[in-house]
Formats: sequence, C-alpha cells, structure tokens
Amino acid sequence: MRKTKLAESPDRGIVSVAEWAKPRTRRTLRTSHAVLLVVLAVSGLGPLLWLGKAAITPTQDTLRTPLAIFPNGIEWQNVVTAWSTIHLDVQFANTLWVAAGSWAIQIVVATTAGFALSILRPKYAGVLNALVLGTLFVPSVVLLVPLYLTVLDVPFVGISLINTFWAVWLPAGASAFNVLLVKRFFDNLPHEIFEAARTDGASSFRLFWSIVLPLSKPIVGVVSVFAIIAAWKDFLWPSLVLIDPMVQPLSVRLPALQQSIELGVYLAALAISSVVPILLFLVFQRMFLRGAGLGGAVKG
Amino acid sequence: MTTLDDRPAVVEPPHPVSPARQRRRPANPRTWLRGGGLSNLLFLVPMLLIFGIFSWYPIVQSFVMSFQKTNLVTAPSFVGLDNFVRVLQDPLFFTAVQNTVWFAVLALLFGYPLPLIAAVMMSEVRRAKGLFSALAYLPVVVPPVVAVLLWKFFYDASPTGVFNSILGLVGVGPQPWIQSMTASMPSLVLAATWAGAGGTIIIYLAALTGVSPELYDAAEMDGASIWRKIWHITLPQLRGILLITLILQIIGTAQVFLEPFLFTGGGPANSTITILLLIYRYAFQNSLGGDYGAATALSLMLALFLAVLSVVYFRLTKSWSQN
Repeated sequence: MRKTKLAESPDRGIVSVAEWAKPRTRRTLRTSHAVLLVVLAVSGLGPLLWLGKAAITPTQDTLRTPLAIFPNGIEWQNVVTAWSTIHLDVQFANTLWVAAGSWAIQIVVATTAGFALSILRPKYAGVLNALVLGTLFVPSVVLLVPLYLTVLDVPFVGISLINTFWAVWLPAGASAFNVLLVKRFFDNLPHEIFEAARTDGASSFRLFWSIVLPLSKPIVGVVSVFAIIAAWKDFLWPSLVLIDPMVQPLSVRLPALQQSIELGVYLAALAISSVVPILLFLVFQRMFLRGAGLGGAVKG
Repeated sequence: MTTLDDRPAVVEPPHPVSPARQRRRPANPRTWLRGGGLSNLLFLVPMLLIFGIFSWYPIVQSFVMSFQKTNLVTAPSFVGLDNFVRVLQDPLFFTAVQNTVWFAVLALLFGYPLPLIAAVMMSEVRRAKGLFSALAYLPVVVPPVVAVLLWKFFYDASPTGVFNSILGLVGVGPQPWIQSMTASMPSLVLAATWAGAGGTIIIYLAALTGVSPELYDAAEMDGASIWRKIWHITLPQLRGILLITLILQIIGTAQVFLEPFLFTGGGPANSTITILLLIYRYAFQNSLGGDYGAATALSLMLALFLAVLSVVYFRLTKSWSQN
C-alpha cells in the first residue's frame, strides 16, 4: 500500500526467477495461467459473443437451439428492425445527448468550483468545502424521493423538468466526488505560477482560462471518462424522470421492450446498446483500466 | 464484487500552504470588490446553484419529509415518528432487510475471494497480461441493464433456456433459476458478480504492483515457498485494500436495486425484495399515490447505516494515504 505505483510494474512478482527456472514450477504456473485464460475468455467474452450471434439469428432458432451457431442462416433483418422500425435510433441519440450534457455540466461545475476553492480561496472556502465533502457521506438513495420532488417542481423557478434532459443533466453536476478530485489536483499545482500571473495583472478569469484549464487536461480526462460511463450506465434516475419513450436513453427503454417485441429483434436491441461502450473500452483500454485501478491506488 | 462503485478513493493530500491563503481581505465592500470578491463568487455560482438545488436542498428535504405526511395534493403536515413506525411495522420491512443481508452475504461468498485469486494469478502472468485484464474487465463495460436483461434470458427455466441447455450437455436437468424462491437470490448474485468482478480484479492488480519486491527477496532467503510467500507477504500487504473493497462492497450491496427490479421485480413471493426496492414501491409503485413519508423514512434509516460505513471507509483511506 505504501508504495503503490500504478504505471510501473515491479521488477519481480511473487514467483522468483529461480523458481520460474524449475521445470515443474514453470509447468504448473503455465497450466494454471492457461486455465485462467480459458475461464476468463468463456465467462467474460462468451456471453457477449453469444449476444452478438443471437442478434443476427432468426428468433425460432434462438428459442429452440440457443447454443447452435446459425443452424438456419443469418437474419440481418433483426438489427435493421430494431434500429429503424422499433426506433432504437431515437434512444441511441438520446443516450448520446444525456451523456454529453451530463459531461458538460459536470466539467463546468467541477472546474469552476475546484478553481475557486483551491486557488481563489475566499474566506468562506472552508465552509463550502465541508458542505461539499459532507454530501459524499450521503448515499444517493437518500436523495431519490426528495430529488424527484425537486425536479417535479424546481424551487424558486416553479417548473417541472420531467421529460427534459435537464432532469438528468443538472443533478449529475452535483457530484462532490468530481469537485474534490479536481480541487485536489489544483491543490498540487505549483501555486507560484498563479502568484506570478497575478503580479503581471492577470484577472481571475484569465488565470482560469489561460493557465489553470490548460494545466488540468489530465484531471478533466479522468472526470470525463467517469461522467460519460456513468451517464451511459444509469437506469433508476432516468427511468423516474424520463417517462416519454421519445426522450428515454437506451437503458431505460430496453426493459420496456422485452415484452412487446420479437425476441430476435429484442436481442439485437441489447447488442446495439452494448456496442458503443465496448468499442470505447477497446479503444481507450488503458484509460479505463487505469481509472478502475485508481480505486486501489491510494497515493502516498 | 457486486455493485462496487466506479469511483476511486478520494484522498486528501497534505495541503501545501499557499501564499494565496494568507491573503486576508478586510470586510469593507469596496476593498472586497477590488480584492476579487465578486469574481470569486462568480466562479462559485455554478456549484452553489447545482449543489444548492440538487444536493443540499433535497438532503434537508429528506429529513423534513421523513417526519411529514406528503402526498402532493394537500399541504404536508408534520406527523412525528409515524412514518418510521409504519415502516418498522410493515411485515415487508423485515423481509427486505433479510433479503438485502442475504444478497450481501452471497455477494461476499461469490464475489470476494474469486477476484483476489484471479488477481494474484494474473500478477504472475508474463506474456499478454493486457489480454487477461481486458477479458476480466469486459463485463464491467457492458451497460448494467443490458447485462441483467441478457442474463434474464439465459436464466430461462425451460429445458431450451441457455443455461439449462448448457447443463443438459453435462447431463444436469433444467433448473428453475429466478423462478424459484430458493434459487432466485443466488441467481441474482451470480449475475451481479459476473458484472462486477472485473473491477475488483483491476483494483487488486494495481495494489499487487505496490508490494515491495524486497519482501519477497527476504522471504526467499529464509527458504519460503510460493504458497508461504502468498500467505505471509502478499495477503498481509493487501490487507488495507481488502478492507476497503469489503466496505465498498457492503455499501454497494446494501443499495442493490437493478438486479431484483429487472430480474424478478422482488418476486417470487417477495423472496428478492430488497430495501431499495421497498423504498421504490413506497414512493413510485403505490396505487394509493406515493407514500413519500415512508419512503424517505426508510431511506434515512438505510443512509444512517451507510454513513457509518462511509466514515470508516474515509478514515481508512485517509490514514493509509498518510503513511
């Protein structure tokens, strides 16, 4: 724990070079690794490959012989029907909108708040910081009902956000985790730069826009990945506030489809919904895994 | 690991004392303005608005509402502890608590040792390590709703269901899976473990790289075998992270919703109704109109329990980061 290094791997692991050299040990290790690889492939990749197969298999084949591979040919029509007749294209676009908006709000709130709390530091920064930190201890379940009623009738404004993307975007911005992450990053920036810029007469806005933001690319990247994944995954909250199918994201629409459409088309819909996250993962693998590993990287 | 949060541990570093902090502005409005008081406030506006309306206000509301009768038709009225009493007297409350604990216990049994074993094995892989991690993490990136709906189809109880077909290949008869009172909860946990284990594996892998090689060198001088090195060095060195994932997993499983909601809707015969599902029913599936009082009262009780765990979690991550 004390010396957690994320990027670099240690010079050696549990098994020493001498132990690797022993034929028996090496055989056992190689075999166990091969078994592990097969288990991971079957359990991790297997269900997804099956879904990919079922998405283009005629419904009757999937029902009768779910394990057979294309016994009666391929049915591309499933995908076409799911996309255009069932209008999954609408929910697909909605999902992108939900993710994009949540991302934008989260970035604006986290960077401005982090800048104010870490670099500008007004007198009351400590109090605000405590108020933000405090919400980390409040599990989201507590907010469910009161937040729903808030969105139903926004205080001071008196309008309902139900069936608008704002109902998902705005609450997503209230992420104490983001603010703390960004603030912590700003805390560790060399504050001499800001003092120098101040002496040269830079305003707070200029300091923020021309110096702090360009320096905060790494942390903005981390917050972005978290924000987009979270928006794509979320179900409960959007299902409460986005009731009209025309504004629903994929995750909310899918459960409603299971009863009403043909199985082959339904499975194609499930496959379509997973394609983007899986592709994103394959492209940005390192970023995903580093983000996940961050949970263990308690920096010293 | 079941519904482990994706969020990494927040650790406050020791604050460098910045010169900016020592600048103190007098209370005079003109100097306040010239000192940048207004622009400070402008930068805080997005946070104050968003947190104020969508975090702080609802948190306060949840305390207030738990002591109120609210039905959106008549004005809310204070009813003392009525909501809490009603929840505690609801026979479903006990069932929900029992089921949630059962889910958590099963999730620990399924999802706690497996990622650790896999991670320790994977840390010794020399070639194509990336392939191992990618395969392990793949289920985590599948949207949870898709994962649940896909597994729901796999769990089809007919002999031609996907899992039953596989069992048929090895000569085992069809199982009822989520349609039986006894098998439903383990089935839910199995799916949840599939969806979450990869994240825990990656956390352990990262922690494993932090175990100092000198410790292994030293153990070998004393003639320790591979097993003894794992038992006496690797596991004790992972103690901290193991405790953190344990707490995170309990926090996650206490709020389990998606699996029971989409797999079984709480059935059969309420055998998978969880605390969060009960809150949802009180508020949003009530034919008599939402019982928001009972829902917030139950949320508050659950939150209190979780807050205690969160405090422990933060204490741990903080104390370790200072080492």
